[in-house]
Amino acid sequence: MSLDYKLSELGPLQLDALKEVASIGAGNAATSLSNMLSGKIEMTVPEVNIMPVDQIPDIMGGAENLIVAMLVEIEGDIEGGVLFALDTNGANRLVELLTAQEVDIEENLGELEESALKEIANILTGSNLNAFSKMLDMTIKPDVPSLAYDMAGAILEVCFIELGQVGDYGLVIETEFNSDVAQGINGNFFLIPDPDSLDIMLEKLGVLNG
Amino acid sequence: MADLNVGKEDDVLITSGLGSCVGVTLYDSRTKIGGMAHVMLPEFPPNRDTGNPAKYADTALDMLIDKLKQAGANQRRFEAKMAGGAQMFKFSNSNDKMRIGARNIKAVKTYLREHKIPVKGSEVGKDYGRTMEFNVATGEAIIKTVKKEDIIL
Repeated sequence: MSLDYKLSELGPLQLDALKEVASIGAGNAATSLSNMLSGKIEMTVPEVNIMPVDQIPDIMGGAENLIVAMLVEIEGDIEGGVLFALDTNGANRLVELLTAQEVDIEENLGELEESALKEIANILTGSNLNAFSKMLDMTIKPDVPSLAYDMAGAILEVCFIELGQVGDYGLVIETEFNSDVAQGINGNFFLIPDPDSLDIMLEKLGVLNG
Repeated sequence: MADLNVGKEDDVLITSGLGSCVGVTLYDSRTKIGGMAHVMLPEFPPNRDTGNPAKYADTALDMLIDKLKQAGANQRRFEAKMAGGAQMFKFSNSNDKMRIGARNIKAVKTYLREHKIPVKGSEVGKDYGRTMEFNVATGEAIIKTVKKEDIIL
């Protein structure tokens, strides 16, 4: 069965169930990040949407907008990936908070900046996925993050095609976070399950074909 | 994404933010009619009767050739240019299958060879995103990237 068909079958009940899990995951991630940066970080209640794939880059400011994205592939009972995306400014701020050095990734995205960003992605996606694996009683193993700093369209396209094997629509679970320790850090999470994993998640949530 | 356009005279056809997708232009320089396809996946799945044919290399290029001929272009004069097919991330899963970007490039090249359409310019592969702007009046394709100077094919 095609993913487009599966997605078109998702009703409000299924979307709400996914949103519930995503909210707990986002809360976990916010707590971990707050601990890491010793400041308060808040996550917004996630939005769960089914969107035409070509509109997904608009969430990140359009297809040609420059973003930094860390991709964590997941294996285990569900497969796919989690993408954590930031704009240039947000990435600079986060790395500055972590390393206490002045950072401009547009000038220099070196080993230090890369590993700081990957570490942040590790912690965020790890705590986020923990919530999923507890609530769904599943094993989810995150891989090491890989990083790209490029056009939003190119990055998102690759992730959705390569991991989600999408048709014309993608399932987007989107969370933004805001911080009072540094204004203007906005990040987005995208959870990209492969088509079979979406079924497995819905089944575990008890809302498959519900 | 997965769209397909034909233009003439001063038209500029643009596809933004190509990652693993491949932008392909076909051009008849005598009539100055050209078109562009945005290929997402290598081939139309044989076991599926639904799906957008503009997404797959084989069906998208079939459609593009038809549209160009309808607009008055001559297939024997077609020349192709292509961009995209990047691998944006180093996927680490122990999965040996070739990545989508490389497969898209291969599928487009195979199609063009089988249809005897010469490739006049190509900026493909590697690990960065591209925007392709095709100037139908001149047949030039400008490839824009974030980190490099524009490349004119």
